[in-house]
Amino acid sequence: MAAIASPQPTLLALDRIAKQFGGVRAVDGLTLTVDRGELRCLIGPNGAGKSTIFKLIMGAEQPTAGTIRFDGRVINRWPTWRRAREGLSIKMQIPGVYPELTVRDNMRVAAQNHIPMGSMEDETYRLLARVGLEHAGEELTKNLSHGQQQWLEIGMALSASPQMLLLDEPTAGMGPGETEETARLVQSLNAEGTTIVVIEHDMAFVRRVARNVTVLHLGRVFAEGTIAEIEANERVTDIYLGRT
Amino acid sequence: MLARIASEVRPVLDGVFNAFYQYQDSFAFLVLSAIGLAVIFGMMGVINLAHGELMMLGAYITVGAARSGVPLPLAMLVAGAAVGLIGAIMEVLIVRRLYGRLLDSVAATWAVGLILSQGMLILTGPSIQGVASPLGSFRVGNTSYSWYRLLLGAVALALLVALYLLFMRTRFGLRARATIQNPEIARALGVDTARMYTVTFALGSALAGLAGGLYAPTATVVPFFGTNFMVEAFVTVIVGGANVLVGSPLAAALLGAINAFLAQTWGLYIARVGLLVTTIIVIRVLPRGMSGLVDRWRLRPTGAR
Repeated sequence: MAAIASPQPTLLALDRIAKQFGGVRAVDGLTLTVDRGELRCLIGPNGAGKSTIFKLIMGAEQPTAGTIRFDGRVINRWPTWRRAREGLSIKMQIPGVYPELTVRDNMRVAAQNHIPMGSMEDETYRLLARVGLEHAGEELTKNLSHGQQQWLEIGMALSASPQMLLLDEPTAGMGPGETEETARLVQSLNAEGTTIVVIEHDMAFVRRVARNVTVLHLGRVFAEGTIAEIEANERVTDIYLGRT
Repeated sequence: MLARIASEVRPVLDGVFNAFYQYQDSFAFLVLSAIGLAVIFGMMGVINLAHGELMMLGAYITVGAARSGVPLPLAMLVAGAAVGLIGAIMEVLIVRRLYGRLLDSVAATWAVGLILSQGMLILTGPSIQGVASPLGSFRVGNTSYSWYRLLLGAVALALLVALYLLFMRTRFGLRARATIQNPEIARALGVDTARMYTVTFALGSALAGLAGGLYAPTATVVPFFGTNFMVEAFVTVIVGGANVLVGSPLAAALLGAINAFLAQTWGLYIARVGLLVTTIIVIRVLPRGMSGLVDRWRLRPTGAR
């Protein structure tokens, strides 16, 4: 019970988190901390519990056991919208955008809780430019490429000026060019001070952006370290049957 | 010569005015009956079977306030606000627990409606003394028309415009649309979706209360006042489809024409049959109502532009 009140480097702390779906333990006593300013990658084979952890952090699912601390406060009982307002933003695995609204309207929906109506137009333009979509503002979102939808969602997440950004497979469905753009975007956001946690299968991308990597397996932390340490770890290689 | 032309043209103009009057009367009745139901169904996917009883409460509150000296227009606004508050309480206590359970929410809101109408019967008896229809009448040709009925047409149009502005031009509207389209994303973006639902249900209830108040001077105010409106409310919502802003005006425009024509030619009974038959045809041809048709056109792939 080491509850420390003084300012600390830890931004997010999951303490012995468990999540049971019927008979399945998706997350099984997981303990994980992320420091301010980190760019952490979560990797692991399918079914390791990666996306479930994001859902628990955002409050879309409730843990069966354990505590979630964000910025020193226990947030287990906070509704999702409150977590979002207090600095947690997520880009979901399936792009969490409104396909039937324009790109600009998507940005407005995201920004309206955080940006005064008066500066809305300038700010949404700036955010769209940040993710390379400043020319697509009036386009219906469903007409964007899959990659562009992912960037739009990152832009939407940024409108909250989040302390922590959760990215669930940001390069899924992207070609090499788009993947490279995304890597650059993620790195520059991190360099500006946003703490970022990325779930990613693309090891080239992980190698490119991450300093610290956490390997999940069967709902627990299996290994943790720098990308070099993880790639040298033979036990990690063993659980990764589908490695390329 | 001129006098002869005038005497021939005059009856035609009278007929045109009569048709316009009947049409706008039907249109207003459909819009005002349906609007609260449509907001709640379109924005939340909940079928509020207590809708008629909320209109009844609006009528009672309007009459009660007006008879105790409150100016009639103000009494109607008070009724809207009070019924809105009742709707908010109803959402928090009952409807909230039944999201995603359509049939359960239908049964529960029906029960609330029964309690309200039977409760009113026990409290106030079979009817109360109403208020007179305001503004008087005017004549065109040999027919007498009510100013108040024309005013109701204008109010119906004004409410549609106000709802459009509310949902398309305000921050509340943006949040509401985001919540309807995908509540999960809305929450992740910081929208308190539970509160959005409460406010939307209250808004739909307030519109029902206001509509009840608006029609209170035109009918006998009885505990089953709401049943006068239920057929029109439901056919408008069904024909309109899920998008309130697009569907309700289009449905009211179509059904209003059918209703006015049939009522004028063969009477109210046939008009009501005509509304129901139209509804059956529309849902056979357009299962998602008229707004479904509009959405399909509006959201067609860009290639078709």
